[in-house]
Amino acid sequence: MSFKEAAESGKFVISCEVAPPKGINMEHAMEEAELLRGRVDGINVTDLQAACMRVSSLATCALLKQRGLEPILQMVCRDRNRLALQSELLSAYVLGIRNVLCLTGDHVVLGDHPDAKPVFDLDSVSLLGAAKRLMEGKDLAGNDLEGVPDDLFLGAIVTPGADPVEPQIYKLHVKVQAGARFIQTQAVYDVDAFTRFMERIAEVKVPILCGIVLLKSAGMARYMNNNVAGVFVPDALIKRMAAAGQADKEAKAAGKKADNQAKTSIEIAAEIIRGVKPLCRGVHLMPLGWGHHVPAVLEAAGL
Amino acid sequence: MITSERKPLDEILSYLKGENKIFIVACDGCSTGSQVSDPVHTQALVEELQQNGKTVTGVARVEMVCNGGLTALMLAQQLAAVNEADSIGVLSCGVGIQSVAQWVAKPVHPLTNSLYLGGFHGLWRSQERCVECGNCMLDYTGGICPYTACSKSLLYGTCGGPQNGKCEVDVDVPCGWMQIYERLAALGRTERLKDMPPLRNFRNMLPAGARRRTSMWALELADVEAAGAQQ
Repeated sequence: MSFKEAAESGKFVISCEVAPPKGINMEHAMEEAELLRGRVDGINVTDLQAACMRVSSLATCALLKQRGLEPILQMVCRDRNRLALQSELLSAYVLGIRNVLCLTGDHVVLGDHPDAKPVFDLDSVSLLGAAKRLMEGKDLAGNDLEGVPDDLFLGAIVTPGADPVEPQIYKLHVKVQAGARFIQTQAVYDVDAFTRFMERIAEVKVPILCGIVLLKSAGMARYMNNNVAGVFVPDALIKRMAAAGQADKEAKAAGKKADNQAKTSIEIAAEIIRGVKPLCRGVHLMPLGWGHHVPAVLEAAGL
Repeated sequence: MITSERKPLDEILSYLKGENKIFIVACDGCSTGSQVSDPVHTQALVEELQQNGKTVTGVARVEMVCNGGLTALMLAQQLAAVNEADSIGVLSCGVGIQSVAQWVAKPVHPLTNSLYLGGFHGLWRSQERCVECGNCMLDYTGGICPYTACSKSLLYGTCGGPQNGKCEVDVDVPCGWMQIYERLAALGRTERLKDMPPLRNFRNMLPAGARRRTSMWALELADVEAAGAQQ
């Protein structure tokens, strides 16, 4: 079943992201993707995430497609103008890629080439608009296409924890209006807050996949609270991660092997997934290097 | 100098839907040099508005609208007429339009497009306010330019980056889209964020056609010809 069929079937949809490498060794990314075979409905491939130069999302998606996996091409607007973005949409199509997640992208100053020229000729909304136009047989300048990519499946993101959240909600409406047919969210840790958010966007009818980022440590949780826009890890979860970290430290000092942090992280992710399952149409996992724990998370969540 | 042109009447009237009374601010600086806001062209616009059923409650002429303090003073002198108006229309460059918008809690409509810099810049110290995009979007964004206020020059709303109202690029830089949102919220105009203005046309920033229509261009050509004749 394609990701589109899964999203439109009414089943609880699961997607998970993998990150291409900086360099040409694809082994790790492919191993992480293989772990997801048969377990998820779509595999997002990040596009120069955090504005760091690496192998492209397009090339990685093409490799996944060759292996019979279902890629979701992430595209940001930071690095290409409207010609290159439209060209890449067509290129993705001829390589068999159908799912595209349209994002604005982090600013270059946050990445590893801060002196680069930020492009942002289009943004998430206008990229969706451009893709929709291609699906209708025209490019942005109104020229006719020879062969039409009419079955692209377009998605966008939203940050439920943004403060204030209203500008995000307005943009979500505009994204759906522009052509988004599925939505993946920024990381959610507070099920109650997510419940309130879902109530506020009740009139948005496209499938919403709740974002799940695995906590690796209490330090990472605190870092995200201080530095990642729209992400809030409640104190109770930070305390659980801190206790697990302390237990690992003590076990290590006693010469024993222990993996309490990973176990607690998996437990927490599974709890959040069970909590949001009645509220939305699926989950989107972002393991950030902990891809090997994803099967355990899905199992613990009963998916 | 910032060279500008007046927006077409249809576009101006589209901004004024549901509004009957308008107060006009006209700049005696650059846009008068562009023959957009001089007394003759200002009066012509006033008459066009009246012919279309609008009431002009007053006109403030300001030496340089980009001088925020001076603009505030001139508006204060006509406070009753400003208060009576549903909105303010500004004949100046994009800098001046934003200068007016920061003082009044009413919709501020751009009546011009700023085309390019032609010599001395009308200054608003501390930061760039106008990139002379050639298709002023200040009506949609509540009088704050999305191209200069947002680090990514986004036209269709906020990205996911702002934290505590600050830009992801620098914690000292306010998020332009949060400012736009707050301004629109204060004006009760946030529904405008569901509008989708046309994609930015970068060709507007090429000087060719517009520049050839101006007196600046004619003067420049005359200079070149005179220099050629001397040789």
